[in-house]
Amino acid sequence: MAKRGILEAVDGMIRIELRLNGERRELRVGAAESLLEALRREGLKGAKKGCDSGECGSCTVLLDGKPALACLLFAAQAHGREVLTIEGLGAPARPHPIQKAFVDAGAVQCGYCIPGMVLAAKALLDENPDPDEPAVRRALDGNLCRCTGYVKQVEAVRLAARRLRGKRP
Amino acid sequence: MKVEDKRDFTVVNHSVEKVDALALACGTARFTDDVDIRGLLTGRLLYSPHAHARIRRIDTAKARKVPGVLAVLTHEDLPRVRHTTAGQGYPEPSPYDTLALSEKARYVGDRVAAVAAETPEAAQEALDNIRVDYEVLPAVFDTMEAIKAGAPVIHDEADSKNIPDAKHNICAKFDFEVKQSEWFSEADVVVDRWYKTQWAQHCALEPHIVIVSFDEDGRLLIRTSTQVPFHARRITARVLRLPLKSIRVIKPRIGGGFGSKQEVLLEPVCAALALAARRPVKIELSRRETFVSSRTRHPFVIRLKTGARKDGTITDAHMEAYCDNGAYGAHSLTVMMCSGSHTLPMYQAKNTRFVGRSVYTNRPVGGAYRGFGATQGFFAWESQMDIMAGQLGLDPIEFRRKNYIRSGEGSPVFKAMGEGREGIEQKIGSCGMDECIAKGLAAIRWHEKKKLYKNQSGVKRRGLGCACMMQGSGIPEVDMAAASIKMNEDGSFNLHMGATDLGTGSDTVLAQIAAEVLGVGIKDVIVLSSDTDLTPFDVGAYASSTTFISGNAVKKAALKVREQILAVAARILDEKPEDIELAGGRAVGKSGRSCALSEVGNTSFYYHDQHQIMASASHVATSSPPPFAAHFAEVEVDTETGEVRVLDYAATVDCGTAINPALAEGQNDGAVLNGISYALTEEMLFSPAGAMLNPSFRGYKIFSAADAPPFKTILVPTYEADGPFGAKSVSEIGINGPQPAIANAIYDAVGVRLYEPPFTPEKVLGATLSETSESSLQTAVGRLPATEAAE
Repeated sequence: MAKRGILEAVDGMIRIELRLNGERRELRVGAAESLLEALRREGLKGAKKGCDSGECGSCTVLLDGKPALACLLFAAQAHGREVLTIEGLGAPARPHPIQKAFVDAGAVQCGYCIPGMVLAAKALLDENPDPDEPAVRRALDGNLCRCTGYVKQVEAVRLAARRLRGKRP
Repeated sequence: MKVEDKRDFTVVNHSVEKVDALALACGTARFTDDVDIRGLLTGRLLYSPHAHARIRRIDTAKARKVPGVLAVLTHEDLPRVRHTTAGQGYPEPSPYDTLALSEKARYVGDRVAAVAAETPEAAQEALDNIRVDYEVLPAVFDTMEAIKAGAPVIHDEADSKNIPDAKHNICAKFDFEVKQSEWFSEADVVVDRWYKTQWAQHCALEPHIVIVSFDEDGRLLIRTSTQVPFHARRITARVLRLPLKSIRVIKPRIGGGFGSKQEVLLEPVCAALALAARRPVKIELSRRETFVSSRTRHPFVIRLKTGARKDGTITDAHMEAYCDNGAYGAHSLTVMMCSGSHTLPMYQAKNTRFVGRSVYTNRPVGGAYRGFGATQGFFAWESQMDIMAGQLGLDPIEFRRKNYIRSGEGSPVFKAMGEGREGIEQKIGSCGMDECIAKGLAAIRWHEKKKLYKNQSGVKRRGLGCACMMQGSGIPEVDMAAASIKMNEDGSFNLHMGATDLGTGSDTVLAQIAAEVLGVGIKDVIVLSSDTDLTPFDVGAYASSTTFISGNAVKKAALKVREQILAVAARILDEKPEDIELAGGRAVGKSGRSCALSEVGNTSFYYHDQHQIMASASHVATSSPPPFAAHFAEVEVDTETGEVRVLDYAATVDCGTAINPALAEGQNDGAVLNGISYALTEEMLFSPAGAMLNPSFRGYKIFSAADAPPFKTILVPTYEADGPFGAKSVSEIGINGPQPAIANAIYDAVGVRLYEPPFTPEKVLGATLSETSESSLQTAVGRLPATEAAE
């Protein structure tokens, strides 16, 4: 993996190396291109554009394990780092327990905010396997949702926490 | 019991998994923008910076020369077709006052030009190089000023249609009166108050977006985030003078709508760009553009003058509703009428009058928004109910109980006021209001806390408030929905319907209805919805109609398919069709013999009397059964800062049979929280020149998970005879309660009556410190000559 901070330009595009959803990848990105645009151009459509200004959280990905707003980052800033998108977390055939918990708790309505919210929940549960309700609400605070009132989403995160704790006692 | 009347459900009334939930949670579900289309151009729009201006000339020569620009359009390049963007049934009850690109700017954000280019940068450069020569005109921003003589006339073109009084900026009017005695002659108490609600926006997380491309035969393929695919096809065809058959509209997954996507805003102009550029084009509004140039909740000025006898009987209900429609008349007649048609039947009065005016101003355009006028109407009504109870010395709950409509009762309002036309006569079938109130009182521990909060003297004071409301279930004798079902040889079914799932869960709920009739599980029903080439017609998702109207269409289609299955099974099992039941994916005879549905499917495809088992059905409702709800709020008011905190909130709702209880709860939860933030923070702010000052989530505050107060939804089951398996609507009603319930709770806490939401700290503190007990709104509006007719 290339050293962070060293970037190479080829034909006006910047060549970056990163770990994307667990795989080492090399991408050519525009100098002003956001990480969100670059990911979506790569076919990873799970991160959504809701405001393009860092206010809604629909584009949340995990950057080195921490929630990050892909619309505010330059793609080049992902050079040398680890990016996890919703596609890297699980798929319908093998969903991650957090994804399954969102489905089981009835927390998915239109679903536009859900990939970002699931990843915010992942970052929380990685750090705190047994969060109380205020901790869950703080962790989801950057992910706006207009459909659900957050009731079932908070339930979903706590359900996922219980299930994950059960798996690794 | 016949299958259509059954109440021991196996799929319906169960919280089965939402059919698209897993794909959405895994990021694999496809929204409008989640496809890659080769050669896709970026479409962008140019907006007027002036609130009111005539366009003398638009010079696009320089813009056309920007490298990578393939199309630049102004009103001169498009057919001059006046239309409404309101995605309503045809003919739409909204004035035809809009051009896809305007020749006169009527608000800051009116669209004057469109471009398509290879890159977003080139598109922006093209917009920057369009020169518009504006003749700036005087503008009018106040609802009541706009209807005064001498106000600037906003629509002065001869080719607009169905504007009742363009000279006085009136884009819709409706008057109605039932009088059984002299007005106020039997009233012991008369209360006369004005209320004023604010501009608000839907804030669906997915902004408006459309992609127009071409299929292999050159037909237009419109992939769009819409609540009304069939209306979008019709309106686009009309606006561009194209044959309807040359357009196919596909609605993929939708990131929320709440009414905003009942507008056909982008499809015609994006199609025009694609046709001009001969390339696929995408128009995607930014969040800022969504705020500035899409649609809003109509603000209302409402006057209620009501009378009651000492015993608490309401005698007179006089309602004036002034609906600010902004620059165009989208949903002007219907939203204004629903502020009365959904509220006035709630409490029966001998004398009832409604005076409604929708008014043009140089503000952003009002559109459909969850609650649809009833939200604004109930803020006024449920505040008024508490004021009246106070003046009569009655308990506000008992006062409501004495007056609200009950099962078996009708109202002259149902017949007189429909949506944009006469309504239908109906009697209330199911009504769970008694239980809604009882359960809500218990959940919030009303009586216990009322005692506790007597004689408070601290800085922070607590109070309780309630609100009761109703809505409708679809538009009777207007809205039509259709569905078709075909059977596969493995015993699964394809359910095709026009009904539009915008995140509401209607694909799931409608599949549950089909599965219940066909005796299969939800996984055996494969749903395809909202594709104008492949699915039958449906008006779309609005007016709380989908479960009730589309649900009945699906149920009818499923019953027909069931009959066909029974005919084949009868032969296999050697039984009479009427002796066979469908359950667990099998046809079970009276004798106990049974066969799998796959055997029925295989037989019909390959063996005897070969035919495709399939049927379609349509439904038009003859009633619009109201769901009922009672909300209870507990607040704490800081008398030093004016801050209002909601401590607890109980929202009960009678939606008949909840087809999917978890989804029904979720719908109501979302409506309630939207209502709470509409009551406390949400508000579009404007500069003196009419530009929106807070077009972002930083400036326009919707609640986050951490902001949300504790609240709970309580479903109160009833059985509505006209609904599919007893169901009524649930999606809108919950937004009507928070504003009045919180206003009443604030009054209970600190004795201050607020007439103008949102209840921000400044307003609450200002009212607390004010020497007079009434807000300036009462004296300021009350003098206007426009209201004299109602004296």
